[in-house]
Amino acid sequence: MGKIRPIKKYSYYQKTSHGGFIATKPNYAIGWGRKYSIFHYPFITACCGMEYMSAACAHWDFDRFGVGMTTFSPRQSDLLFVVGTITHKEAPVLKTVYEQMVEPKWVIACGACAVSGGIYDNYAVVQGIDKIIPVDVYIPGCPPRPETILNALLKLQDKIQHQKQDLRWNIIKK
Amino acid sequence: MEHNQKIKEILIEKFKEKVLSVKTDLGDAVVQVEKDAVEEVLEFLKKKPQDYSMLLDLTCVDYTGKKPRFEIVYHVFSLSKNHRLRIKCGVSEKDPEIDSVSGLWRNANWLEREVYDMFGIRFKGHPDLRRLFMYDGFEGYPLRKDYPLRKRQPKIKLRK
Repeated sequence: MGKIRPIKKYSYYQKTSHGGFIATKPNYAIGWGRKYSIFHYPFITACCGMEYMSAACAHWDFDRFGVGMTTFSPRQSDLLFVVGTITHKEAPVLKTVYEQMVEPKWVIACGACAVSGGIYDNYAVVQGIDKIIPVDVYIPGCPPRPETILNALLKLQDKIQHQKQDLRWNIIKK
Repeated sequence: MEHNQKIKEILIEKFKEKVLSVKTDLGDAVVQVEKDAVEEVLEFLKKKPQDYSMLLDLTCVDYTGKKPRFEIVYHVFSLSKNHRLRIKCGVSEKDPEIDSVSGLWRNANWLEREVYDMFGIRFKGHPDLRRLFMYDGFEGYPLRKDYPLRKRQPKIKLRK
């Protein structure tokens, strides 16, 4: 109790007697802001949706990680949560939803069906949504446990933090 | 059980040679009828006093190699007797056409569309015979045994 953790060698945070200041890089700071303000759009088509609901609601509550805001408009979302089986008939809808989202945007494929088609190796089902849209994080499982979904969100946050940020307004000179 | 016996006798008496065979399978009476008599038989069954007023299911089986190749199966149910009955009817591959029963039961409309979509069997007199599950431009009938197992018909261009 009460122990002050030693400042890491390359930490971005410094504390002085006058108050605090942060030394950081724009790329890192923007990534930090983006990873804690993910608005997600749930594209739920199948039974994995139950696991998504339990992960999103109070018991597991992925709002703890800053992914809590559910939007039902793709135009106001950053993360497309594809949960469940995608058929060839539905593929154009998924593609349209993805194209309506504004940059920067990320995609999570949740569950075996979205990742690879799962057990449905047949005429109707798309064998993995990466055949239609690019995917950032894949969640295996049939269905995945809520812990797996939480882990995937942490992985995505890690990716957002460390990726090269997409800055269309070009405030960083190369 | 007595309903099984009774309905078999009634049908044989009424339709004679149109009833090809009767048996009891898994506790339910199964009646095989001629293709051209199927609408007549079902109408007769729906009316009182038989009162099989509910169509539980209408589906198709593909027996590749046998003749006739397809078999349409009707499951009907009597609420007043609490009794189920199965009517079967063979349909050949060359002429996959059978009378529609969508005039008798409203739910037969979509069930017949499903059978048309998956097996390519046309229903004469159906008000709106279109595909139900698969999309426009889909070729072939996916639940036929000779549909290629790995054949895919994507609606949009796939990546990579």
